[in-house]
Amino acid sequence: MVDTTVNLCGVKLQNPVIPASGTFGFGAEMSEFYDLDLLGSISIKGTTLEPRFGNPTPRIAECAEGMLNSVGLQNPGAEHVAKVEIPQLRQRFHQPVIGNICGFSIDGYRECCRLIAPQVDIVELNISCPNVHNGGMAFGTTADGAAAVVQAVRDVCDRPLLVKLSPNVTDIVAIAKACELAGADGITLINTLLGMRIDLRRRQPILAQKMGGFSGPAVFPVALRMVYQVSKACNIPVVGCGGVRTAEDVVEMMMAGATAVEVGSENLRNPFACKEIVENLPAVMNDLKISKLTDIIGIIE
Amino acid sequence: MLNIKMKVVENVAVANEVYRMNLVGNVPQLVPGSFVELSVPGFYLRRPFSVAATAEGRLMLIYKVVGKGTAAMKDFPVGMELDVIVGLGNGFDVARARRSALLIGGGLGVAPLYQLAVALKKRGVDSTLCAGFNSANDIFLKEEFADVCTEIRYATMDGSCGMKGLVTEQLLDIEYDTFYSCGPLPMLKAVQAATHTPGQLSLEARMGCGYGVCMGCTILTVSGPKRVCKEGPVFEKEELVW
Repeated sequence: MVDTTVNLCGVKLQNPVIPASGTFGFGAEMSEFYDLDLLGSISIKGTTLEPRFGNPTPRIAECAEGMLNSVGLQNPGAEHVAKVEIPQLRQRFHQPVIGNICGFSIDGYRECCRLIAPQVDIVELNISCPNVHNGGMAFGTTADGAAAVVQAVRDVCDRPLLVKLSPNVTDIVAIAKACELAGADGITLINTLLGMRIDLRRRQPILAQKMGGFSGPAVFPVALRMVYQVSKACNIPVVGCGGVRTAEDVVEMMMAGATAVEVGSENLRNPFACKEIVENLPAVMNDLKISKLTDIIGIIE
Repeated sequence: MLNIKMKVVENVAVANEVYRMNLVGNVPQLVPGSFVELSVPGFYLRRPFSVAATAEGRLMLIYKVVGKGTAAMKDFPVGMELDVIVGLGNGFDVARARRSALLIGGGLGVAPLYQLAVALKKRGVDSTLCAGFNSANDIFLKEEFADVCTEIRYATMDGSCGMKGLVTEQLLDIEYDTFYSCGPLPMLKAVQAATHTPGQLSLEARMGCGYGVCMGCTILTVSGPKRVCKEGPVFEKEELVW
């Protein structure tokens, strides 16, 4: 028997596998495919204070080993999420829930957190969405901007606070350290990389927004590198996210320094991705002679 | 929604750049107008396709080569095993048709109307098909439709088959108690204006997942944002805003 449990910011997870925000909705659709209770946790769809339609379509483009999205945080708003979506999720999912919150102003983030935090076990602060103007990534691309949001949200957040960072920066370590100093309990790495594709026949960008977030297996090495750098520099847990599609990828992320691992785009092409990863994890651990998953966190010097 | 393996038993050209793929496997009875998501080896995202026909353990897809993914599909050999998610979307409401239904299709949008016409015939409903194409050599399933529809009117942009012009220009004298339509957005918009009863329109969209979690295919309706893949692809005529 192998031990797959991990402790994420004081919250015990039966395994480190977490569907990433925006690739799993609020769980209802995926529960038609399998029993969600086998997951470590779920990071629910990014939530803003007010309901959002999101960006114009097309919002999806494909590329080699990955995809672009410019969804733009479509969500029914914090009140609806807190009152309807999370209680519904709790009925079909009995593991810890991560609430992912986003905003366009510091006040917006705070108000959103006030509504969502009481309903979830961990809050994930999204300051890295590349698809909305004056929001998300605007805060996450400077150390000062990141620290300001984290501090403001920290004051109203009585749950463990993860901060999800953008890879579209020069110095990820400086931003992560600023978040740690401002009171973050953990760092999620990475949100999507800003990318673009063009339809050659139409001579137009494929995405209506022109640019969008690049994700999928192609970004795995970038995410892994950032997880490694940040986990070495900070003293708070790191959640690895980016291009994960197999149990081996989970182990690799953890060796690089991740305490838990989020699975994103793979959920959109294989609805059973997270289930397969969870089920394959013990065999992969046996094969690699890992009896306790926490033993390998950050073993790379 | 069901993720199954299916085997290619036929994959042949039936019109200009249009192919018919027959698949066999453990597929349940599918609602007309629902769709499938096919995994194409070498491509990251699945491809959504309407279902042209289903029978016991059998699925017929009509697809057009429009990009690299569909170009790869036309070379799928007989015997190849495919990963398919079936039973996606809401589908047409067949039960609402009482005596006569009007089916309006444009281009590839004609494909799912075949399964619908078969289902309507089983219920004893008379179907009139109005199908629009660019040219005669784009037309597919001509004989199959002839077997299940009481009347068929073709319209082609070049006049090479049926009336020359738009499919929506020939609806005036047809009697029907409801209509169903599938095709390009400009055609659906014209259908909305040219029909005099409630009816259903099936939309096409660029999708990420096809099962409602990525929010890639959302449209704005009179009752708020709806996902084409989940609340759709079939919408009520009154729901759509353009």
